[in-house]
Order: sequence, then C-alpha cells, then structure tokens
Amino acid sequence: MSRIVKFYGSIIGKKAVVAVTGLMLLGFLILHSIGNLKGFLPPNSAGEPDIDVYAHFLTVMGEPLLPDMVALWAIRIILLVALTLHVVTVSKLAAHNRRARPVAYRNHKHVAASLPARWMFVTGGIILTFLIIHLLQFTTGTIDPTPIVYGCVYSNLYYAFQKWWILLFYIGALSMVGLHVFHGAWSAFQTLGIDNPDRNRKLRGFALGAAAFLVIGFLSLPTLMYFDVMKHPNAYGESCVVSDGRAE
Amino acid sequence: MKFKLEIWRQQNGQDTGAFVTHEVDDVSPDTSFLEMLDILNENLTQTGGEPIAFDSDCREGICGMCSLVINGEAHGPKRATTTCQLYMRHFPDGASITVEPWRSGAFPVVRDLAVDRSAFDRIMRAGGYVTVHSGPKPDPNDVPVNPEISEKALDASTCIGCGACVAACPNGAAMLYTAAKVSHLSLLPQGQPERYERVQKMVNQMEKEGFGSCRNYGECEAQCPKSISIDFIGHMNRELLRATVVEPDDLRGDMKTQ
Repeated sequence: MSRIVKFYGSIIGKKAVVAVTGLMLLGFLILHSIGNLKGFLPPNSAGEPDIDVYAHFLTVMGEPLLPDMVALWAIRIILLVALTLHVVTVSKLAAHNRRARPVAYRNHKHVAASLPARWMFVTGGIILTFLIIHLLQFTTGTIDPTPIVYGCVYSNLYYAFQKWWILLFYIGALSMVGLHVFHGAWSAFQTLGIDNPDRNRKLRGFALGAAAFLVIGFLSLPTLMYFDVMKHPNAYGESCVVSDGRAE
Repeated sequence: MKFKLEIWRQQNGQDTGAFVTHEVDDVSPDTSFLEMLDILNENLTQTGGEPIAFDSDCREGICGMCSLVINGEAHGPKRATTTCQLYMRHFPDGASITVEPWRSGAFPVVRDLAVDRSAFDRIMRAGGYVTVHSGPKPDPNDVPVNPEISEKALDASTCIGCGACVAACPNGAAMLYTAAKVSHLSLLPQGQPERYERVQKMVNQMEKEGFGSCRNYGECEAQCPKSISIDFIGHMNRELLRATVVEPDDLRGDMKTQ
C-alpha cells in the first residue's frame, strides 16, 4: 500500500497513471470505432443490420460463462474508473503546474510545443462534456432529439444523423478527440519511458494513425447517413421500424 | 545599431517588479548580448541610474551562469546558444527587445534579471553523486563501458545547469535538468550502487522545490543551449517507475514456502 501512496505521490507516478488510463481509453475508442464500422456490413440472413447483431453480442458477451450484461458492466466499470483517474489526476497535475510559475511571462514563445499538446486540457474538457452528452443521448436515451429504441442501433444512428446540427456537433467533438489523441497517444509512451530514438518515428506515426483512424472511423457512418448514401433503416425488414417522429 | 529594451526591473524578492524601457545606441553588431547590457549599465551608472543586475560568468557558453528570457525564448532566438554567445547582429537594427528573468516559483528573483537557482543545487545534493573508493588512483579504463552508452552518458553530462529548461517549459518543470543528471550517472557503471535510490531522491527533491510536471511539449529540448534530448526524460521516467514499482524494498528478508 505504501508503494502505491509513494508512486501516486510523485508527479512522474501521476503522469504514469494518466498515461496508462489514457491508453486504456484509447483502446476502448479504437474498439468502439471498429464496432461502429460494422454499420457498413450487410445484414444477416434474418435481415438485421450487422451493427444491431454486434450490439446484441455486447450485452451477452462472455456467455455461457457469464450471465448477460456482466461482461459489459465489468468493462463499463473499468472504463469509468480509468476515466475518473485520468481526469482527477490531470486536474491535480494542472493545479500543481499552475503553482510552479506564480509570475507569468509577458511574452512567452513556443518554439517546439504543438498546438494539440498545448490544448490538451481544453480538448480533454470538451471531450468530457461531449462524452456526458453522448452517453445521455445514445446509452441512457435521456436526451432524445430523435427516436432512440433499445436494440435498434442502425435506425437510432440513422435518425440522429439526419439532423445537420447533431452531425456538426459530432464532427466538432471528434476533431477534439483527434487532436487529443494526436498528442496523447505518443505522450503516454514517452511518459512511461517506452519511447526512445529508435521507436520515436513509429510511436509518432502510431499517434497520428490512431487519431486519423478515430476521426475517420467514427465520422464516416454518420456523414454518409446524412448524405443518404447509407440505406434507410426501413430497408432492413420489420424488426426495427421506427417512425421519423417518436418511437412507437 | 540601436535597440529599445523592455527590461524587467525588480529591487528584491519582496518587490513586485515592472518592465522599464531603456535605450542603447551605437552598438556594434559584433557586441554580444551581455556586452550590450554592460554598455547599457555603463550609461546608466554615468547618468546616475541603477545598473541592471544579471548573471554571467565565463561568457563562453560553458558555465551555465547566464540566463535571460529574450523575446519570450530562454537564451534568446538562436538555438543551442547561451545568452553570452548571442550577438546583436542576430537582431534587426532598431529592434524592440523584451528581457525577462527565468520565471519559476522555484527560482525566486534576487534582483532584476538575476534569479536564485540553488534549487538545482539541492536536487544535486539529494542524489547527484557516486560512491568512489578512497584508495590509490585506479587505472584508466579499469571499468569496461560500452562506448555507445558512455557517449550517451556524456550527452547527458553536457547539461550546464543553467535552468533554461525550466524557463522554457510552459509548466515550469525541471524534468530535463533532473533527467540529464539522473541519466548521466545511472547509465555508467560507476553510478550503479545508488541507481534506484538516486532517481527517487532527486525526483522527490525536484517536486519539493515546486517545479511543475512534464507534459511532453519538447520546449525544454528546443530551448536548451546544449540541445539535451527529451529522450533522457523518458529514461528518467523508466528509472523512477522501475525504482518505485518493480525493484523490491526488502532485499534480504525471509521467504516462506507455505
């Protein structure tokens, strides 16, 4: 226990916690984005959209060993703990850093720091706000500007992204994710002491690739749905027929 | 050449300080930045003003005594250069130049542009040493060292402890300084006996002094007059994580089979 106290007590230990939780959240985002790309796959023999089949799988993941929802909730709890640690630790470090320079420069030039690096705290804050709205919209259904029907992922997405302002909101939020990951996905490895001159290009490439993958992976389906390139959900048979207005 | 200088003037640590505009005329392009300040001080003294306090010593870029944030950059706009090696020809004629001290809570202003950098000495005292035997002089090359590792340790050892990394860091972190010192000693065989306690003690002292934390901006490396790589920060992080997470505290305790 004293080891954990000592570790978390040091700023390098805190940074390592931010790095590890950040990488966990990045891993989740990559899987989430791959899951969303299933929206492009053809329906199964029963006519259900592939993404709906996948969504159902998430609820029964781990069967027959685990009862329904157990694996999903375990992952949710792990992610929630990771997110909390990430945000709380970063806030502590930011407060520490503010104390380190009580008198500001009149003129302080940045000659190396990239914009994404300098705006990490801001992009992170926006992502956190977005995340809450996103969960209220698609997970709990508390905010429902468009119909949200449990299990009907494809049609839920389709109707949501018929509205230009929802699409615009997501494009904005995902750009923030892209900027955050562009710095964070490399910075995490540097913080953990994994980066070195041999690996630097690869890790920088990984961060750029991960950022680009997330932005393109998440935004492709909604954008194509808005521009009517994707099939209307009614084309997918009877199971998820939702009216344009409210759920029936 | 002629320059308009906006210089930070502060009587002492208690004074709040403010920028004061000074003008210098007739400066040769081959005057170094510090010589230009000497000329200005000469003028100030002759006209009954207070000369500007600033640090300098060797004036050949190796002692680490000169400082100054010039136009927002530690040691001025030229890369891999200390303030004393900066010349007025690096500025356009008639330029307005802002000169500030290192800004860090751990480097209190002594007067004007001179700051107290003894926080660095305390970090060194915490663990920046190696054990040596006090017997007869050892043979040179007595201890075999991989030449690549030795070169890397020497790269770290080029740190002159000027504090530009702290001044340049948006977070006021002293990670590059501490990392250079930790890496320099822990890479070499002579530094092994204290390897894991050194990194913990030095990082601990660095935090106690109130330096900020690293966000991997890379500003320190870019503004370091010796261009020390942030690779050493990664190295120090690895050493600290290993020391606190992996290495056992109890090296000689009992083991039970059941």
